[in-house]
Amino acid sequence: MSGSESEAPYRDRSATDDATTDDARRAFEGGIRPRRFGAWYVAEHRFRVMWSYAQTILVTGFGEPFIYLYAMGVGLATLVDRNLSLEAGGVGYLVFVAPALLCSAALTTAVIEFSYPVLLGYKWNPTFTGMHSGPISPGQIVDGLVISVVVRLAATVAIYFGFMLLFGAVPSAAGWLAVPIATLTGMAFGTLLMAYASTIREDSGQLAMVQRLVVLPLTLFSGTFFPLSQLPWFLQWIGWISPLWHGTELTRVVTFGYAEPVWLTVLHVVVLIAMTVVGWAWARRIAVRRLAA
Amino acid sequence: MPQPVIVARDLVKKYGEFAAVDGLSFEVAPGESFGLLGPNGAGKSTTMRMIGAVSTRTAGGLSILGLDPDRHGPDIRSQLGVVPQADNLDTELRVRENLLVYGRYFGLPRRVVAERADELLEFAQLSDRGQAKVDALSGGMKRRLTIARGLINDPRIILLDEPTTGLDPQARHILWDRLFRLKEQGKTLVLTTHYMDEAEQLCDRLVVVDHGRIMAEGSPAQLIREYSSREVLELRFGSDRNEEVARALEGSGDRIEVLPDRILVYTADGEAELERISAAGLHPITSLVRRSSLEDVFLRLTGRSLIE
Repeated sequence: MSGSESEAPYRDRSATDDATTDDARRAFEGGIRPRRFGAWYVAEHRFRVMWSYAQTILVTGFGEPFIYLYAMGVGLATLVDRNLSLEAGGVGYLVFVAPALLCSAALTTAVIEFSYPVLLGYKWNPTFTGMHSGPISPGQIVDGLVISVVVRLAATVAIYFGFMLLFGAVPSAAGWLAVPIATLTGMAFGTLLMAYASTIREDSGQLAMVQRLVVLPLTLFSGTFFPLSQLPWFLQWIGWISPLWHGTELTRVVTFGYAEPVWLTVLHVVVLIAMTVVGWAWARRIAVRRLAA
Repeated sequence: MPQPVIVARDLVKKYGEFAAVDGLSFEVAPGESFGLLGPNGAGKSTTMRMIGAVSTRTAGGLSILGLDPDRHGPDIRSQLGVVPQADNLDTELRVRENLLVYGRYFGLPRRVVAERADELLEFAQLSDRGQAKVDALSGGMKRRLTIARGLINDPRIILLDEPTTGLDPQARHILWDRLFRLKEQGKTLVLTTHYMDEAEQLCDRLVVVDHGRIMAEGSPAQLIREYSSREVLELRFGSDRNEEVARALEGSGDRIEVLPDRILVYTADGEAELERISAAGLHPITSLVRRSSLEDVFLRLTGRSLIE
């Protein structure tokens, strides 16, 4: 404990830390489970909230993949396949575009779960303050949010992947790896957004701006609907910093054996994990600053 | 004397150069109902946040249940019931669900939480509202739900920050009744308020706080005895005449206090004082004799009114 003491050398602790009383013993006991499982309790809370709008989640969860795969993969594909022999690895447009749709869906879901719920929890309906009044630490609140979104993402992505199988968009046997990859893609962008959303104290439409100026360009220019190489060179950097590009390319490798150098595949994984970790850690720091000031 | 559950020594909280709390020292005994009385911005809520182990102190000593909140925040908070100034119930969940998710934060088994949730809904007189949406509740009901939520872990200490601010008189009385029951059960209550009637109703002992410092300490009756007279005579001569009449009134009672709209004369016997003043040829538009309250104590101590 000497570490924490050196942080605040002039605090008087002479008579204030008497851990031998019954009260103190009871407090230690009361602290055990929250310290250990606090993040899971937060996730439990989030699941209950999600359950309260389960209908919406289910309708979008099943409706979206069907609509998108049908429109892009079947409708648009007839046009594309007739006119182009793509640089898309020699597969049909449906197979080419499906991984991008999958990763975009993960990204969109992550954007929803990491933006307004965060603003809500800190400010509009400060449930985070409520959790922190209990034995939950700011870091655990962030962790719990992350756990709940991972689960929601994995479920959304798994349903999407099921539709991809139905549409015949997954030729490769290793295709199922698309589920964890797309989930990771959502988290890579989502945790960064969560950190940014945590810094918003006065809402003046920042999240709507993020939606228009970040999410939309990413969705269009991340090698999603057409390969990145089709973009002029001065726009290609968007792909390199885009978790969606890294995620989509990686998914393509596993769903249809998209040919790319091994180092690039490794880079995709590294970038996605790094973004997730940075966003997560940053959000935890901000949580401490905002809740325990 | 049992060991105090809260000990604060020269407690300081600074935001930059500004000292929101500037050297508070007090102790709270188990089962005691302790109040922090003061105007808005006096440092009451900041003090509450430090006692609640969610805000670190800048200097001084603080011990809650024998533990230092810097090091044992979660342990201490597992034993507290917190009723914040602004309700932070989850409006996306229903009434009973709010208790269920909150109980889980303390690591209580689901079965225990469910049982307690039903008991507490009854205590909060919300049994028939369990499935209602939070936003459908009135202000008073939301407060009672917040109190119920704060009790889900069977806390040793209950912290109430401005528990009845913004409620109508009827809702306040219902709430006071509930809080009084907790007091009867032997719970330790710590509350902040800027309502003197609330402090008089609920507090065994209180400190009057202004500008982050303690101005006085004692039971409501002690404070009134020490810093005020038994009765107060309130006189209104019309706002333009108050100053002028006040000069003529000098020497009346123990002390007089001139407010923008009225003059207060502190005296042991208000009626007698009023007669003397009338006999001297001063005839107020309205007059009122009342007992001294904590409001008068505060006015005496700070020269300012509690609610401005």
